[in-house]
Amino acid sequence: MRRVVPPIVAGVLALVLWELTVTLGRVAPFILPAPTAIWRELVAQRGNVWDAALASGANALVGLIAGSVAAILAALAASRFRTLGEVSIPFAAVVGALPIIALAPILNNMFESTSSVPRRIVTAIVVFFPVFLNTLRGLREVSPVHQELMHSYAAGGWTFARKVRLPGALPHLFTGLRQASSLAVIAAVVAEYFGGLQDGLGARITSAAAFTAYPRAWAFVAGACLLGLTFYLVTLLLERLAMPWKLA
Amino acid sequence: MTAVVVDNVTKVFNQGRSDEVTALAEVDLTVDDGEFVSLIGPSGCGKSTLLRLIADLIEPSTGTVTVADRPAAQARREQEYGIAFQQSGLFEWRTVRRNVELPLELRGIGRAERKAKAEQMLELVGLADFAGHYPGQLSGGMQQRVAIARALAVQPPLLLMDEPFGALDEMTRERLQSELLAICAKTRTSTVFVTHSISEAVFLSDRVVVMSARPGRITASIEVRLPSRDEAGRQSPVYFDKITEVRKALRG
Ligand SMILES: Nc1ncnc2c1ncn2[C@@H]1O[C@H](COP(=O)(O)OP(=O)(O)OP(=O)(O)O)[C@@H](O)[C@H]1O
Ligand SMILES: [Mg+2]
Repeated sequence: MRRVVPPIVAGVLALVLWELTVTLGRVAPFILPAPTAIWRELVAQRGNVWDAALASGANALVGLIAGSVAAILAALAASRFRTLGEVSIPFAAVVGALPIIALAPILNNMFESTSSVPRRIVTAIVVFFPVFLNTLRGLREVSPVHQELMHSYAAGGWTFARKVRLPGALPHLFTGLRQASSLAVIAAVVAEYFGGLQDGLGARITSAAAFTAYPRAWAFVAGACLLGLTFYLVTLLLERLAMPWKLA
Repeated sequence: MTAVVVDNVTKVFNQGRSDEVTALAEVDLTVDDGEFVSLIGPSGCGKSTLLRLIADLIEPSTGTVTVADRPAAQARREQEYGIAFQQSGLFEWRTVRRNVELPLELRGIGRAERKAKAEQMLELVGLADFAGHYPGQLSGGMQQRVAIARALAVQPPLLLMDEPFGALDEMTRERLQSELLAICAKTRTSTVFVTHSISEAVFLSDRVVVMSARPGRITASIEVRLPSRDEAGRQSPVYFDKITEVRKALRG
């Protein structure tokens, strides 16, 4: 309770403050609509928000899974072969810092306009880097005592990876996945701003804004927030299930 | 058969660099079959290093190490010894029982037998009730006891222990000393035991090997023949004489 109550109180206060600023300050709706106006739109458009969220959610999920699997495999390879790891870390750090989302228009031109693949590829690439870097760090961080112990058992490389490296890397892996889960939703939504199939939250936001229906645009933004939050919380739940020893 | 022969071993870390350390110089040590040998000496004199050399976790700079009449590397591969490090080195993602099971698991022993053996060992170190806990839920001394149980689980011919009782209270320590002696006597295990406690070394050992620092050398090897290793043994004049002898050897 003590962990849940303060953020909720803070959130409610922020909303009230927002509402008061907009109504008392007579802020034009194209600058910032009131939370109540956004809420009304959200209720009115709930069917559309839901459908768009499902489409964006599916893209984010596919991208997240594909990107994570690729990243974990790459991290395993990079931890196994020393030189590969040394080369790949700075490389991954630099590429990961680039605005990968900018690839969206190029990918959109490579596929048909009815394809969901470009958005999923962008998402997968965005997801790849935090998962790769964190997992690799975890795989490399083996305590010297564990190393000596497994050596004393004459354990081979594969046994060592399976029994020590992988479970030891789980906390780092999930740090990466937590970052990646939010990024996946952002990437899947924002990729639609650059064309391609227009069935997700990103497309709805741009078209609502183009029609100057600002509260509606904000309703879809709220949908995107909720989707991102869902991804984050599910990842958090998986983390708890995967690492019961951390709960204790 | 001889359990351990360390022949004229020198160990230099970071050879040729500015941080070069001669951890051990010209060390000779023989541990007979079934013998209990303690290593005692000031901090940094190379006790852990000597244990690691016997375990073939590091290689000597010069000299040879033989375990069970084989080169140390071969003995390690053939799982001739069990080891308990100065740090417990438990795997935090395994429960206490599964930690003790690990060496059995790696030897391909079946699930049921593994479980039974692990529970028996946990009983021995007084942690039967904590089998399902994770190491993070245990105190330092309890973790140390799990590590001891893990080293004993495979019933190795040679036991290498690095200050295993360092983090324990006096009562637990004395109880585990007796348990360890009983196990060693029953299975004729040879033991190399590192400790900072003179009384512990004298009580447990057939021989106490005293080391000095910088560079690490063996300065004395003191035979101990206690009339019995129990409460009466701890009261015997021999016990006190030997404690004095080891203390004098440590002072140099
Ligand atoms: N891996 C290493 N690299 C470099 N120097 C080392 C290494 N391991 C040990 N040494 C050095 O070797 C010397 C002996 O270390 P060792 O750990 O064997 O001491 P010890 O007798 O076990 O001490 P303590 O009683 O404090 O555990 C120390 O000076 C230490 O700095
Ligand atoms: Mg030591």
